[in-house]
Amino acid sequence: MAVQAPVARMALRHRLADRGMDRTLLLLLPAVVFIVALFVYPFLYGLQLSFQPQPGSETVRNYGSGPFADYHNFFADPYLRNTIWTTLKLGLPAALVNVIASVPIAYRMRGRFRGKRTITTILVVPITLGTVLTAEGLLAFMGPTGWLNRLLLDTGIADHPVRFTHNYWGVLFSLIISGFPFAFLLTLSYLSGIDPTLERAAATLGAGTWQRFRHITLPLLAPGLGITFCLSFVLAFSVFPSAIMVGDPAGQTRVISIAAFHAAFEQYDYSMASAIAMIMGAVELIVIGLVLGWRSRLYRGATGGKG
Amino acid sequence: MSAGTRRRVALRPGAWLVWGAVVFFMLILAGVVGAVVVDSFGTRWFSGWLPSGWTTRWYGTTWREFDLGGVLIVTLEVALAVVVISLLIGVPAAYALARRTFPGKRVVMVAFLLPILIPPITYGVPLATVLYKFHLAGKLTGVILANLVPAVPFVILVMTPFIEQIDPKIEAAARMCGARTRVIFTRILGPLLVPGMLAAAILILVRTVGMFELTFLTAGPDSQTLVVALYYSVSSAGIRAQQEISAMAVLYTMSMLVLLVVALRFVNPTQLVTQIKERD
Repeated sequence: MAVQAPVARMALRHRLADRGMDRTLLLLLPAVVFIVALFVYPFLYGLQLSFQPQPGSETVRNYGSGPFADYHNFFADPYLRNTIWTTLKLGLPAALVNVIASVPIAYRMRGRFRGKRTITTILVVPITLGTVLTAEGLLAFMGPTGWLNRLLLDTGIADHPVRFTHNYWGVLFSLIISGFPFAFLLTLSYLSGIDPTLERAAATLGAGTWQRFRHITLPLLAPGLGITFCLSFVLAFSVFPSAIMVGDPAGQTRVISIAAFHAAFEQYDYSMASAIAMIMGAVELIVIGLVLGWRSRLYRGATGGKG
Repeated sequence: MSAGTRRRVALRPGAWLVWGAVVFFMLILAGVVGAVVVDSFGTRWFSGWLPSGWTTRWYGTTWREFDLGGVLIVTLEVALAVVVISLLIGVPAAYALARRTFPGKRVVMVAFLLPILIPPITYGVPLATVLYKFHLAGKLTGVILANLVPAVPFVILVMTPFIEQIDPKIEAAARMCGARTRVIFTRILGPLLVPGMLAAAILILVRTVGMFELTFLTAGPDSQTLVVALYYSVSSAGIRAQQEISAMAVLYTMSMLVLLVVALRFVNPTQLVTQIKERD
């Protein structure tokens, strides 16, 4: 017996090692513990909190304290329910514009040319500025006395200052300014992964520029564009500071993140806030799921690139 | 490109359109940044193309009134702590993920991807609730913990492909020559990993300094980073002179630009958004 026990343990260790489980996996432990403690646990905590309406809150007064009262409250109250459409109305156009605009520009810039690094560097600037500074800049630049309105007035295009800020358009502009460089750089990196000889081969067969783009490059690029759209949408969907600063946070641009923040830190109703956060995550994952579902039907094989 | 040959600059309409769009975007960008810079140096600017006079005093007043020295120190402390801790946790995990396949690896990978895919506000609200429950939020600790949540997965995502392209035979050879695991990590893998770790560290630094949502949800009065302080100063507009806020925004832009210039010396611009390597 005394001899057999270590043998059995050894055998188990070998069997596990065969499947790739050995002591190296211990290196994974801190990261897994970290993610479970600071991401999975808060998420589950928020999920169960959202099914326990907070005593004394507005939800309990109007909709009782059943497990789905907070969700009932959200979908029954048009002021809360409409935040989903408000957010989608901002996020989807912003992501679409960013992706569609980045395709021709990246297509034009995929080769090597002088100044490419300068241009990509300038385009990175808005990413580092972040939404807060972009919003602050938009207020100064596009405000009623800003340079843009001054230009429009002086050139006679408009006879009174055009309202760009503190409404829907201000937020959309800020999303495009901070989101476009991101979409562009991503599209560029996907495009440079496509082998240019494929297009040259098409050209020898007599395909014109448009045909080469439409039938060679675009199909190969489409899966990458799906990912780009998803990431752009995530960025735009979580719009928060700019919706408050250059938007109209009580009306036109009352996005869902404002509703969640309002519930948590102004009404101190953490259950409602968690419920809103969960709805926000669900809506976002549905959109991403649809895009990825469409993407899975595309050709995703070799693009002929060197990678 | 030699002296004798001259390329004709004749562009097709499509090219004009594309370059026009790029120039237009850059003009808007210059306007957005320029308006703030000009405002911060102006005495009064109610109408006209430029302010009526020039001054630098707003920088002094904004520095004193918002205690920017303290805010900058907090920002640095948070950013450095996040960089160091996320590397310590993330690099070993990336090594394990790059070298081993094991049952449940996909689940682990998804768990590491989710914090990047889900917007910060969505998990930030429950996270802040939990941190407040354990009395960690409102302090520096809470801000650092919250900012680590997207940083650790980011390090793992950047480092896993980097480690994958290091030949495992090098480690095997070192082991053949009698190196123990610790020696392999410090003498063999360490030096090979430095470029990747440097790139990851700089990207994390830029992202943490610019991260608004998570810091905003967890910061107390003494633990605001620069971007959160800027947000509060903008929402309290009317009490403060507009130029003070602009001066603060310029200081923020300058610090980000310094980071950006440093970052671009080490990493490719496309890496700022993904780990996909530009192949050309």
